[in-house]
Amino acid sequence: MTIQLDFAAVFAEWPMLLTGVTWTLALTTASVLVGTLLGIACAWVRARGFGSALAPAWLAVPVGAYVEVIRNTPFIVQLFFIFFGLPAAGFRLSAESASFLAMVINLGAYATEIIRAGLEATPKGQLEAAQSLALNRWQIFTRVVLPPALKKVWPSMVSQIIIVMLGSSVCGQISTQELSYAADLIQSRNFRSFESFIVVGAMYLLLSIGIRLWLNWLGTNVLFGRR
Amino acid sequence: MKPIRLNTRQFIYTIAVSALLWGTAAHAQTALDDILKSKVLKVAVQTDSAPYGFVGTDLKPVGLDIDMANYIGKKLGVAVELVQVVSASRIPALQTKKADLVIATLGKNPEREKVIDFSSAYSPFFQAVFGPKTISVKSFADLAGKTVGVTRGAMEDQELAKVAPPSTDTKRFEDNNATIAAFTSGQVQFVALGASVAGNMMTKNPQLSCEYKLLLKDSPNFIGIAKGEDKLKAKVNEIIAEAKKSGELDAMAKKWLGRPAGDLPL
Repeated sequence: MTIQLDFAAVFAEWPMLLTGVTWTLALTTASVLVGTLLGIACAWVRARGFGSALAPAWLAVPVGAYVEVIRNTPFIVQLFFIFFGLPAAGFRLSAESASFLAMVINLGAYATEIIRAGLEATPKGQLEAAQSLALNRWQIFTRVVLPPALKKVWPSMVSQIIIVMLGSSVCGQISTQELSYAADLIQSRNFRSFESFIVVGAMYLLLSIGIRLWLNWLGTNVLFGRR
Repeated sequence: MKPIRLNTRQFIYTIAVSALLWGTAAHAQTALDDILKSKVLKVAVQTDSAPYGFVGTDLKPVGLDIDMANYIGKKLGVAVELVQVVSASRIPALQTKKADLVIATLGKNPEREKVIDFSSAYSPFFQAVFGPKTISVKSFADLAGKTVGVTRGAMEDQELAKVAPPSTDTKRFEDNNATIAAFTSGQVQFVALGASVAGNMMTKNPQLSCEYKLLLKDSPNFIGIAKGEDKLKAKVNEIIAEAKKSGELDAMAKKWLGRPAGDLPL
């Protein structure tokens, strides 16, 4: 017996693949937008070495705990905790909302550390210059410290965003209909597992490369200006 | 920032070459000879479908399917090596030769018959929809707008897709344990499960006040064998027929299911 490859059987299920890509992209986009904001806020709290320039010190403990807990536990455990665990506490989310929440919380923690690195690389003189111009804390953070910090760490952020996008493949485990859920469903229907996973693997590869190129372009040309 | 340069040609070559190697790897009907020569029978079993296959108090797989695997091993005079799989990986385990036989509450349907072969049936089984006593369900039409949890790739999944109204929200999970967790945590209103798995769930969670609702399918279990391995299939069928005659199948069913195996199709 020879195993024959039959990609047509996989492509025949294109509506499922399309739904999968849509969910993967939608979850990634939404969680990147919210997760980055969360990361900026937590990095603002966690960044040290700015004296009175940044957040109140008492916030550092809960934010530090959040970052360490999330960065030292697997994503799938976080996801299962939110989806299967929280209902016991009366907090019930749909599979899609649970996936979104888990991805935001996960990206938020990693983004915190990435952005904090950028914040802490701010030259002291730049900060003193801003203070001597009588800018207030908010102005200093949003106009003097944050933009160059984000620009410095943008490549790392892009990598983390790709990791989160690929990590969303785990969300299929709680019945979110993202791309790898589609692959699993297709191969459980027609048993073409080899072909299904090759097709979906190639789709993830294209998505990753596309998103990376687009974000790199966006970073240099739109967000932070050419230099 | 440097853009990524993907060497498209290299990538395509790699895929094409691996596909060719895969496609030309032919194999003959040697499974039975290989088993007898190596003295090891690799059997794929599940550990999330009590009482057919589950983890016993000594943390080893036990159950009707495991007894059946050992019985066949004994009759062939070889050692049995259990390969743990989940519902969706049972057929891939045969295709990738991780296992010689699949004895894991495997039901027979035309889609599966296209890719693997089946022995005679060895134990009874049925699938059904279960749900809370508080929601009345008389027919499949009553499932409209309800959420139903099911294990992806299991028979229940395919049967439910045939009979449930389009507005039923079917949530698919990786294995029976995840499906049960979704139901017990209230993430789905109903579950479609094999009767024994559901029975086990209801005994462990009496607070759910869950009951049998609708029959999906009566489907006895068969042993899965890689496509075209006719010699192995004939031998397994011979062992099953013998066990049926000697009352061994009934004894196993009585031990684990509390009832005799009954009339099983060939």
